[in-house]
Amino acid sequence: MASVDIRKVRKAFGVHEVIHGIDVDIGDEEFVVLVGPSGCGKSTLLRMIAGLEQISGGEISIGGRVVNQVPPKERDIAMVFQNYALYPHMNVFDNMAFSMKLRRADPAEIKKRVEGAADILDLGPYLGRYPRQLSGGQRQRVAMGRAIVRDPQVFLFDEPLSNLDAKLRVQMRTEIKALHQRLRTTSVYVTHDQIEAMTMADRIVVMHDGHVEQIGTPLELYDRPANLFVAGFIGSPAMNLFRGLLRRRDGKAFVVTDDNLALEAESDVGGEEGQKVVYGIRPGHLRLASDAEQGLPAEVEVIEPTGDNTLVFCKVGGTIACAATTERHPLRPGERLRLVPKPGAGHVFDAAGGQRL
Amino acid sequence: MYVDTKAHGTSSKALAAHRFRFGESRGFLGLLFMLPAATVLLLFLAYPLGLGVWLGMTDARVGRGGTYIGLENYEMLWTDSVFWLSVFNTLLYTVVASVFKFALGLWLALLLNHHLPFKAFLRAIVLLPWIVPTALSAIAFWWIYDPQFSVVSWALVRLGLIDKYINFLGDPAWARASVIMANIWRGIPFVAITLLAGLQTIPPSLYEAAVIDGATPWQRFRFVTFPMLTPIIAVVMTFSVLFTFTDFQLIYVLTRGGPLNATHLMATLSFQRAIPGGNLGEGAAIAVSMIPFLLAAILFSYFGLQRRRWQQGGGD
Repeated sequence: MASVDIRKVRKAFGVHEVIHGIDVDIGDEEFVVLVGPSGCGKSTLLRMIAGLEQISGGEISIGGRVVNQVPPKERDIAMVFQNYALYPHMNVFDNMAFSMKLRRADPAEIKKRVEGAADILDLGPYLGRYPRQLSGGQRQRVAMGRAIVRDPQVFLFDEPLSNLDAKLRVQMRTEIKALHQRLRTTSVYVTHDQIEAMTMADRIVVMHDGHVEQIGTPLELYDRPANLFVAGFIGSPAMNLFRGLLRRRDGKAFVVTDDNLALEAESDVGGEEGQKVVYGIRPGHLRLASDAEQGLPAEVEVIEPTGDNTLVFCKVGGTIACAATTERHPLRPGERLRLVPKPGAGHVFDAAGGQRL
Repeated sequence: MYVDTKAHGTSSKALAAHRFRFGESRGFLGLLFMLPAATVLLLFLAYPLGLGVWLGMTDARVGRGGTYIGLENYEMLWTDSVFWLSVFNTLLYTVVASVFKFALGLWLALLLNHHLPFKAFLRAIVLLPWIVPTALSAIAFWWIYDPQFSVVSWALVRLGLIDKYINFLGDPAWARASVIMANIWRGIPFVAITLLAGLQTIPPSLYEAAVIDGATPWQRFRFVTFPMLTPIIAVVMTFSVLFTFTDFQLIYVLTRGGPLNATHLMATLSFQRAIPGGNLGEGAAIAVSMIPFLLAAILFSYFGLQRRRWQQGGGD
């Protein structure tokens, strides 16, 4: 097992630079998720770690060894692909054994390792089957088994769950996490799904347009997003954002929205009086209250019960805000009510640069 | 009275239902839609084939309908050394040309599958030998192989490799090699482009997985490309073998079967005996003798083509 250090890494396709100097330190035994919208460069970064893409600038080292010029097979990594990339003409056993056969390993040792991996993944009964004869989840497990058999220093996962249906995806992500807890192999996992990132990662790297927006544990990102992009990307449903101006009065800070509503911010918030800001608050931190109480006046537009909680989308001034409640209010569209922000739960960002204040 | 009405009502309803079902029946509609194609096939394929088989058992000549003589034509051919020479020539021609077409075509396909500048243009150029009418390209080869004006001989003499011009189409061994060369040149594009199409269906991630698994370029070809290409290889080579075995135009323009029948294929011999020679029955018998060979090739491909176990989809 090994750490992975990414130093000022750049990637350009011709003149078009897609990754603009990224620094990430991935510790030994850590499970790090690279997350971001399509085209943010996360897969490219992973492929550079794997050695499938040339590194245009900077350095990547695995276990302290710079691997920029090391071919993939000597990097001691294993990769799980989005489409699994199982060899269709080989059965499960041969798929898993392929890398060891190429290395001319002892057949008894191959058998032992493949069966060991099959055991971990409950693939024992399927060793003689061809990939076509397996379900999506089983193929996914074979792809992981192929990685496990190699006993690599680092596992690389490239959106491994996006071809699965929603239920299986939830099940498989738990399995992958449990597997990591058992094998403790350093893992780098790419996904565009922030829920996957939140649930699986030790640490998350949020990427956007070839830059790292923030690195942190899931709850750090959720509780203290470093900028507007992370605030909007992490958390589902997304954080409510209100534009306004920062005002201070009596030692308290407020954001006065464009609709002239005052939202209390934490008193130690940075920024200058009158600065253009964005106030963010998570749907779960907005309480539904009767029209008589203090709070943001709102008009119910859409109600989405999910079972656990109910999402209430309301019109607040010129913006739509979402409140999540576990209580079951008998609400109807058009109803007027108040939304009460939880004290201390607001986030304030600079409107121009998007940085947290 | 009451009963009558009821019976009448039922029968007319049943009739309507019957008519409805007739129009809806998959079997009937299927037959109906197959009819045009079946007519064309029967008229232009089955009938000439049947006629050929029948002619092979007659002593028909040009301008005179024959009478049935059983297998006499075949008995004659059995002892005809020219016929057996043409069988040997055809097999040699087919085997050598197919082997080269496959090897070179696969090689070309692998090259074209790389990222090359002007990729589409190069691929289009590769197809040229195949789209030029055979008679035309054969005339070009005729010039290339000309005993006096051959550009190949000229180049080799200039390079100092040979002293005198090679008699490409006049010497039996050279003639065989020359027509085989021309056939290979003409057949490579078909193999190359079809195999290229096959190569492009192999997902790139399989190669990436193989690279990470530690496969060398040769091992990637041997364990990924080749096995995944086998189904399409079977199809392509079946067609290639059939085309080569029944080749006629190229030989007829280049050598007419000479010198000393060294390049006579079964198809050219059949034509020569039947039309210029006037022995329709004998020509037909030679043509019919090709059928067992062709059937063998088709059966071979039928078993080669059978979906391999790994291609079979399976339920979960």
